[in-house]
Formats: sequence, structure tokens, C-alpha cells
Amino acid sequence: MLKAVILIGGPQKGTRFRPLSFDVAKPLFPVAGVPMIQHHIEACAKVPHLKEILLIGFYQPNEALSRFLSSAQQEFKVSIRYLQEYSALGTAGGIYHFRDQILMGGTKAFFVMNADVCCDFPLMEMLQFQKRHGDTNSFVMLGTTANRQQSLNYGCIVENQDTHEVLHYVEKPSTFVSDIINCGVYLLSPEIFQYIGNAFQKNQEDLSIEENTNGWQRPESIRLEQDIFTALASHGKLFVYKTNGFWSQIKSAGSAIYASRLYLNSYNKTHPERLAKTKDGGPTIEGNVYIHPTANVNPTATLGPNVSIGTGVTIGAGVRVRESIILHGATVQDHSCVLNSIVGWDSIIGRWARVEGTPSDPNPNDPYAKIDSETLFRDGKLTPSITILGCNVSIPAEVIILNSIVLPHKDLNRSFKNQIIL
Amino acid sequence: MKALILVGGYGTRLRPLTLSIPKPLVDFCNKPILLHQIEALVKAGVKHVILAVSYMSEMLEKEMKEQEQRLGIRISLSHEKEPLGTAGPLALARDLLTDSLEPFFVLNSDVICEFPFEEMLRFHKQHGKEGTIVVTKVEEPSKYGVVVYEAETGRIHRFVEKPQVFVSNKINAGLYIFTPKMLERIQLRPTSIEKEIFPVMAEEGQLYAMELQGFWMDIGQPKDFLTGMCMYLQSVRHKNPERLHTGPGFIGNVLVEPSAKIGQNCTIGPNVTIGPEVVIEDGVRIKRCTILKGSRIHSHSWLESCIIGWSSAVGQWVRMENVSVLGEDVIVKDELYLNGASVLPHKSISDSVPEPSIIM
Repeated sequence: MLKAVILIGGPQKGTRFRPLSFDVAKPLFPVAGVPMIQHHIEACAKVPHLKEILLIGFYQPNEALSRFLSSAQQEFKVSIRYLQEYSALGTAGGIYHFRDQILMGGTKAFFVMNADVCCDFPLMEMLQFQKRHGDTNSFVMLGTTANRQQSLNYGCIVENQDTHEVLHYVEKPSTFVSDIINCGVYLLSPEIFQYIGNAFQKNQEDLSIEENTNGWQRPESIRLEQDIFTALASHGKLFVYKTNGFWSQIKSAGSAIYASRLYLNSYNKTHPERLAKTKDGGPTIEGNVYIHPTANVNPTATLGPNVSIGTGVTIGAGVRVRESIILHGATVQDHSCVLNSIVGWDSIIGRWARVEGTPSDPNPNDPYAKIDSETLFRDGKLTPSITILGCNVSIPAEVIILNSIVLPHKDLNRSFKNQIIL
Repeated sequence: MKALILVGGYGTRLRPLTLSIPKPLVDFCNKPILLHQIEALVKAGVKHVILAVSYMSEMLEKEMKEQEQRLGIRISLSHEKEPLGTAGPLALARDLLTDSLEPFFVLNSDVICEFPFEEMLRFHKQHGKEGTIVVTKVEEPSKYGVVVYEAETGRIHRFVEKPQVFVSNKINAGLYIFTPKMLERIQLRPTSIEKEIFPVMAEEGQLYAMELQGFWMDIGQPKDFLTGMCMYLQSVRHKNPERLHTGPGFIGNVLVEPSAKIGQNCTIGPNVTIGPEVVIEDGVRIKRCTILKGSRIHSHSWLESCIIGWSSAVGQWVRMENVSVLGEDVIVKDELYLNGASVLPHKSISDSVPEPSIIM
């Protein structure tokens, strides 16, 4: 019996995804046309004998989440349930708290995946790898290669080249340790709960001894990376499966556009029907473009590369959209130009307007470069980044909105550059 | 009658346009700047125009020969080999100017206005003194030299350069008419007419001011070139509205050469001049611009307050604003944003210019 757990976090996590996260929970944000975690679910649905997917997080149950769950269950014919933590329990605390649910039915192994990774999810390969390495109860971590400098931003894995055992693991080191990084996708067995249980005990003891200066610290809040894997390294239990497939984190809105590009590109192999093609009487398509069937796109528009057009969107005559995500219900009026931007739900962009951001893509000449998690300000100035329009924003005709973030429900009346507009 | 036009040198303030042709030949509202002035002079009875130049241009010589034929007048070039200031060139052309006893006009080549040459002649003959300066009212007089004169007679008392407190709001408009005797005051050496000649003439009661009616602009730099264009087009609307282009998709004052082509779903104007053989593709929005001969603006672009140089090409979905100037034969690639970009001739731009810069 095989299961999968997707850690979806909660509203206090993922604040770098604002203002988009004001209107939709980050795990449901559409990347390459479908909700972020649907990519995880699709990968799970392809694994035979995977019986159940559990979402663990601390969002309050809401309509969007429930609707997504029920439609996903129907579409992928696998049981999907949401288990709500009573508070943020960390990447290990959550699965420990719900261990009975995970083990119910005789689970032999289960995947654990972070919701905010963008990946080709080589789950079958991880299963086969697990059979060949360590004992039947070993744990497998998915790893990939980063460049030396950027590896410091991730969990670093030192592996035994022959056995692929994890010899050493450290989260975000300050000096170089290894260029193999943790992808946030694991294959675990029920034995993990022993280790987490031990860590829980230890936490409780520590907290009763020390004075608790931080009122938020709970013994049940346990992190897989720092608290479990670091200790497990070199004990013959933890192994790393390296992938060369695409991988990226989705921390900020800018990285959502980069992740969209990776997924849209993968559609050429996995879901070619999702990619739009230039045809007579239709818009000009360059590169990989997703257009929802309910969108209305004028034939004189030019879209792509790397564009996702959501449900009910209207694209007017002579519009140019490139490297952007246009969310549900938005209207982009005639002759306007949208580059490197995310246009929020139900927003309106006036005629001849220019909405432009600056991409923060990784260096294309370095195959192992990853997207930087940009800081919002540098030297007191707003770093040029993707332009984001929150939901229901109105951009008048003929203006330029450059490298700016506009919060929801705002009606602009002039051009803006390099600003956050409240 | 004769006129001397102070053309001067390289016209560096109107670069990058003047890197390709001499400033007097730059088209202002579809006619070379110099021709606006010469045609007005001819209409007032001038038969001989002298161009005071400090750098000789073959292009200018050739063009002036053609205009001589066309207008039936004589055009001479007076070439100062070393800088002579604002009065020296008059001394250099002394022989040409004194072979008759009639008064002669002097004008600064950057000035555009409703040229009042007939009125100037009448006013000058009426007061009978040596010189008349045309003055114009401005909003910010302390940026210029102001003229203080008696309102009734026009007799000038004095000049004040860039006054700190309000003295007068009338400034020297760069149009003069002089009696040939006045040339005795100027020697052939670098001399400033405002600093050395006029103050003496004023003291002697020989200098009078005539107030200009209507618009006035010194179009020697791109920002003022565009402002002057708006004023000129407005005056066309009052005098010859049939010259302006109207119809669906046209707003306000728009001047279009017949050989230009304009596509569908464009919105052009207000205050746009489109030169010969220009092609504007579909869905373009242009406001407050001059598009010079042979240029092409590709579809869906948006231009405001720009000068597009001869034979340039602006790509699709380009946005240009804030007095961006393209020199001759510049290519701007698709989807770029140019904000106050000044682009030198024969350059291809493939990156946006988000803040005002010069692109070489």
C-alpha cells in the first residue's frame, strides 16, 4: 500500500507570494494553467498502487480548497483528503501528528512532497531506487545539482558515490558543503515515525529544562530537514536519488513565471493537448502557451513564449503577451503589451497600456543555476522584478506600469515605475 | 529688400538630428525651418537673403541654389571662418547689406512665429531711428534677457539679463530690422550684439521695440521643437484649417503629407506631424510627435512627445515617450520601452531605455 503526502503550509507561510496569496492559497495558484499541487497529484496518479493522497497544512478549510479536492478526486480517481494541523507543526511535526492516518490500511511506504516545488516528480524511479539501496525501510531523498554559490540557499547533501547513502546533510550552510541539494521530495517508510517520535521526546525534555523565551516554540513543531535528516545521515538509513530533470522552488511570484515555463515545456511530452498552436483564424502563438478553452483571444493577438491564459480571460485585438500569467476573468484591451507580469483575477488593462516586469531568471548559461529568491529591496530601492497586479486592479489606457506591485482592488490613474502601490 | 539670417554652426542642441543634416534644413511641420523664414521674407518683399554660417555645408549650398530658382530671389552664404559672436556676422556681410539704402532684416534661425515682417517695416519707417527689435511676452522672463521700453512709443530704455526680480516680461524675440547706417557701429571682430551694440543704441534713443502678436518659440532643442510644433499647428488651425488632416481616428491638430500611409484602428493626435512616405501600421497611437520622412512605425506601438528621424523604423508594441529622439536610420526592435532616449543615427536598439539616456 502506497500513499503520498503533500505539505501545503498555511497563511503565515509563503508570505513572499503576496499580494497574490491574499486572494488564493499559494498551493492552489495556477502554474502553467493548473493549480500548483495538481502537478504533484498528476504525478502521483501515474504511480500504480498509490491509493491515497493526503494534504497536510494549516489553512482553514475554504471553498476553493474543497472544490479543488472534489474535482481532483473525480478526475484522477484517487482518494484525496485534507488534514488540517491545529497550528504550524513543521515539515515533520505534521506527518507525525497524522501518522495514524498515513499508516491506516497498511501503508508500506509513502511519498512526502513540498507543495511549492516545481518538478518532474520521478516517483517510479525513486521507488525502484529504494528497492536497490539500503534495506526495505530506507528513506530516499530526491536531489539535484546546483551551482556552488547557490547551493548555500538549500539543504546540502554529501553522498557516498557508490552506495548513494547520505553521509552528511546540512540545511542552508554558510560555507560550501556540496552542490547536491534537497528537492523537497522524499520516499519514506513507517520507520520514520520512530525517529520523529524520538525528536519529539527530546524537544519536550529540552523545553522543560530551558526557559521558554519564545512563546511560540512547541515540542510538536519538528522540521524534517534540520531535526531529522541531519541526524540520520551516515546511519545507513537515508539515501539520495539524483535527478537531472527540471526542478525549481516557487517562493515568490517571479518564480511562478519561471516554474510555468518549466512545466509548459514539459507539456510537449506529457500533455501536448494543453499547448496552444497557431492556426487559421486564431492568435499567433510563439513557443509554449497555455490557453484555457473558455478564454476569448482575438486572432490579431500574439502570445508567448511562456504564457498562461486563465478561464474567461479576454485578450483584445493586437495584444502582445510574453512570459506572463493572465489569471481568471482578466481583460487585456486592444494594442496593449504585457511582458514578465502576473495579471490578477478580474483585472482590466486599458488600451495601449504597457505592463512590464523584469525577469529574475537563473543564468541560462549555467545548467545548474537556480532562480534566486530575490530580496524585495536592495540599497533602499525596490529591486526590479516581475510586475504583479493583484485581483480586480484597473490599469487605464496608454500608461506604463513597470517593475511594480499593485495590491488588489486598486484603480490606477497614471503610470508607475518601480513602486509598490497600496 | 535684404535679410540676414544668423544660421550659426553645428546646431549641437538639436542633435542627433543635426548629425545628419544642417539645422536649417531639418523639417519643422513638414517644411525646412529655414524655408518657413525665407518664404515669409519673400512675401514681405525681400529679394536677397544672406545666410551667415560658421560652418559650410555642401547640402545647404545645394538646397539654397534650388530655392533661389524656385522663389526667384538671390541667396548668398556668408561664411565666418572664426567665431564672430552675434554682431560680427553683420560686419562680415557689410558689403552685401550696404549696397542699398533700404533697411534690412536680421533674424535668428531658430525662431518660429507668425512672422510680422511687413508690420516691422512699417513700424521701423515710422519711428525713423536705426533699429527695431521684436519682443515677445513670456511666462518666465528671468530665464532670458528682458527688454524695458516705453509702452506708447516703443522706445527702448535698457536691457536686463536674467533679472532676479520682475522687471519686464518681454524678451528679445530674435527678429530685428536695422537701417544700414547702424553697421558703422560694428567692427569685424567677435562682438555680442546684446551686450555691446544694443545698450549703446538704446542710450542714444536709436532702438525701438515692437511687440509680437501670436505664438513664438525658439526651436533649437527637441523639447522646444515639439512645443513649437504644437503652437504652429494651432495657428494653422486658425489660418488654414483645410491643411490639417481630419476624420475617424484623428484627434486635434494633425498634419499629414499626402504620400504618407496610415493603417487601420490608429488614433493619431493631437499635435502630430507626419512627413512624406511615412508608413504608420495598424493600431498605432501617436500624440505630440514629429515623424520625419520615410520612417515606419510598426503596429500597436504607442508614441508620445517624440521626434522620429528620417528612414527610421520603430518595431511593434514599442512605447516611446518623454522627448525621445531618433536620429536618421535608427531601428528600434519590437516590444521595447524608450523613455527620453536620444539615439544617434544608424543605430539598432534591442534593449529598453527606461531612464533618459543618450544611445551612441
